[in-house]
Amino acid sequence: MKARDLTELAVRNLREALLRNSLTTLGVAVGVASLVAILSVGIGLQALATKRLSRSGLFDAVFVAPRMNMRGFGRPDRQKPGTPQESQPLDEDARQKIANLPNVDEVYPEIRFPTEARYAGNPYMTIVAGVPDSARSGGAYDGMKGNFFSGPTAEEAILQIEFAKELSGQPDTLLGKELVLRYAERQALAADSSASDPVRKKAAADSAKGGFSIVPREKILRIVGIVETEPATGFGGFGRGRLLIPLKVAEALRIAQANDLRDVLRGAAGKPTYLSLTVRVKSPRQVQAVEDAIKQMGFGAFSLLDATRNLRIIFAVFDLFLGIFGSLALTVASLGIINTLVMAILERRREIGVLKALGAADADIRKLFFAEAGAMGLLGGIFGVSIGWFIGRLITWGTNIYLRRQELPGIEVTSVPWWLILGAIIIAVVVSLVAGLYPASRAARLNPVEALRYE
Amino acid sequence: MNPPHDGVAIQVERVSRHYQMGDALIRAVDDVSLSIRAGEFLALLGSSGSGKSTLLNLIAGLDRPTSGAIFAHGRDLAEMNSKELAQHRSKTIGMVFQSFNLLPRMTLEENVELPLRLAEVPRGERGARVNESLERVRLSARLTHRPSELSGGEQQRAALARALVNRPAILLADEPTGNLDSATGEQILLLLREINESLGMTIVMVTHERPLADRFAHRTAFVADGKLVSAGGRE
Repeated sequence: MKARDLTELAVRNLREALLRNSLTTLGVAVGVASLVAILSVGIGLQALATKRLSRSGLFDAVFVAPRMNMRGFGRPDRQKPGTPQESQPLDEDARQKIANLPNVDEVYPEIRFPTEARYAGNPYMTIVAGVPDSARSGGAYDGMKGNFFSGPTAEEAILQIEFAKELSGQPDTLLGKELVLRYAERQALAADSSASDPVRKKAAADSAKGGFSIVPREKILRIVGIVETEPATGFGGFGRGRLLIPLKVAEALRIAQANDLRDVLRGAAGKPTYLSLTVRVKSPRQVQAVEDAIKQMGFGAFSLLDATRNLRIIFAVFDLFLGIFGSLALTVASLGIINTLVMAILERRREIGVLKALGAADADIRKLFFAEAGAMGLLGGIFGVSIGWFIGRLITWGTNIYLRRQELPGIEVTSVPWWLILGAIIIAVVVSLVAGLYPASRAARLNPVEALRYE
Repeated sequence: MNPPHDGVAIQVERVSRHYQMGDALIRAVDDVSLSIRAGEFLALLGSSGSGKSTLLNLIAGLDRPTSGAIFAHGRDLAEMNSKELAQHRSKTIGMVFQSFNLLPRMTLEENVELPLRLAEVPRGERGARVNESLERVRLSARLTHRPSELSGGEQQRAALARALVNRPAILLADEPTGNLDSATGEQILLLLREINESLGMTIVMVTHERPLADRFAHRTAFVADGKLVSAGGRE
C-alpha cells in the first residue's frame, strides 16, 4: 500500500475511536510536555549562566602578565619547548605588539587601586577600577540604574550598589551628584644637573635613570550610574571594583602601583610597565590561538576556556538527569499506546481479516498499525511541545514574580530552542513507533481465516 | 504431482487440511482433488462443517493446506510466500462472504475502492474503476451511503462490486445468499451468473442451497466430512 493511502487509512482509523485515541495522544503529549518543560529549565539555566559569564567578558579574553606573575593559578605550567624563557617587560610596546596579533579586538591594562573617595565631606575607602569603553556593549550594564559613561574620557563614576549604599541610605539619590577621588599620582623627578648639593645631585642622577615621586591628587567625578551586580572587566573582574571610572581617565591618573618600584630597579621608570593586560579576542574560538601567540612572545597568558568546558560538562550531565526524569512520563504514555493499539486489534480483528482477504499483505497491516502509532506520537509530540513551552513560560513568569518581590531583576529561567522542539517531536514519534512494534506485529500475524470468523 | 492443464483455472490435488484440537485431529479437508475450468461456475455443496468453506479458503490462499497442492492459473500456491499470496488474493481472486464484510465506517465508494488501494492502483484510475464496478451491480446511485444505510441485498451487491473492482480471474463466494431472503438471494445469483457469462469469470460458490446451485451453477460438487463425495455436472 502506498504511503498516502496508508496515512489516510490510519487517520480514518484514529478518528473512529476518537475519544480513546485522543486520550492516548494526550498521554503522549503530557509525557512530551514534562520532558520539554524540565529540559527547558535545564537549558534555560545553562543559557542564563553562559550569558552571564560571557557578559562578564571572561571567555573571550586572555589575561596577560609578565611571566613571573603567572605562577600560583593552580595550573601546571603549559610552556612548550622552544618557548622564549626570558621574561619580557609588559610595557606599551608589548601592548601594541599584542594588539597587532590577528583576531585581537582590544588590549587594555588592568587598573585597579585602593584609594579614598570623599562624599558629602566624609571619607570612604574603596577600590577604583578602570572600565574600557567596549564594556558599554557587553550587556553587563544593561540593567543598571542611570547610564554608562557618556564618553571614554568623561570624568564620571559608576558605583557598585553596596558601595552606593555606604554613601547613602537611598542610593538612587546619588545619581548626578559629585564625589571626590583622592589618589597618589606617580610623577617623574625633574632632572637638576645644576644642583650644588651632592645629595640633590645624586637624586638628579637617579631621576635620569628613572626615579619618581608620589604626589597626592584629587579628582571630582560625577556619579552617572549604579550597577546592581559587579560586572567583571577581565581577569581583574574577580576583584572588587566598587567605584568604576572610564579606563582612559584611570590611565591618565598615573596612579602609583606596585610594579613602579620594579620599573625603577630595571631603570625603566620613564617607560612604565603594566601589571597585567586584558586582551579581548574576536570570539571564544580564537582565544586558544591568541593565548599561544602571546606565550610565544614571552608573556604569561591565561584564559578561562577550561572553565567553560567544565561548565558545559556539568550542564550536560544536569540535562541528562533532567531528561531521564522527564522521560518517565513518556514511558508511561508509551504503555498507553500499546494498550490502545492492542484494544484496536481486538476490535478490528474482523476488519484485519477482510483487509487480508482483499489482498493486504502482513507488511501492510503492520505498517497501518505503525502509522497509527506514529500519528499518535506526532500529534502528541506537537501538542506536548506546545504544552511544555507554555509550562516553561509559566515557570519563568512565576519565578519573575518571586524575584520582583525580592527586589531582584527578572530572568529568563526557561528556554525552548528549536532543536529541543524537533528532538522532542522525534522522540515522541520514535517512542510511539517502538510502542507500536508489538501490536503491529501481532496484528500482522493474525490468521485471516480466524479473523474473518471473529464476531 | 500432475501439472495443471491448459484451460484449467484451479487445480486442487490431493489437498488435506487438518487441525489439532486437543487430542483430536480434525480433518476439515481430507484428500480432495478437484479441477475447475476457466470460466466455469462451480457450486460447492455440503452441510455445515463439511469443509467446503475451508476448501474455499485454501483456494483463496487465506489458508495453507496440510498436504497436497493447489494451482491457480498454473501457479502453485504452496510455493508462494506470504507476500505473493497477498498479491494472489489481490490480483487473481475476488471474494464475497455470507456476512458481506463491508467496513461499516466507510462509504460504499470507499469500500469498493479499498482493494484498489491495496493493489496500489494509481489514484487517477480508481474513480472510473469504482463506478464501473458499482454500475455492474446497479448501485452507482448509492456511492456516498454507508453499509448500515443499505439493505442486505444491496450490501451483498456492494461486496460483489468490491470483489470485482480489481478485475480478478476467479470469484470465490462463501454462502453469498446465506443472510438474504430467497428473492434477494436469487437476484444475487442472477448477478453472479451474469458476471460469469459476460466477463467469463471463474466462479466457485459455497452454498448449502442445492436448488439454487442446480439452477445457476454449471457444475456442483458435494463435500461431506472433508471429502469430495461427488463432482457432477449440469451442462
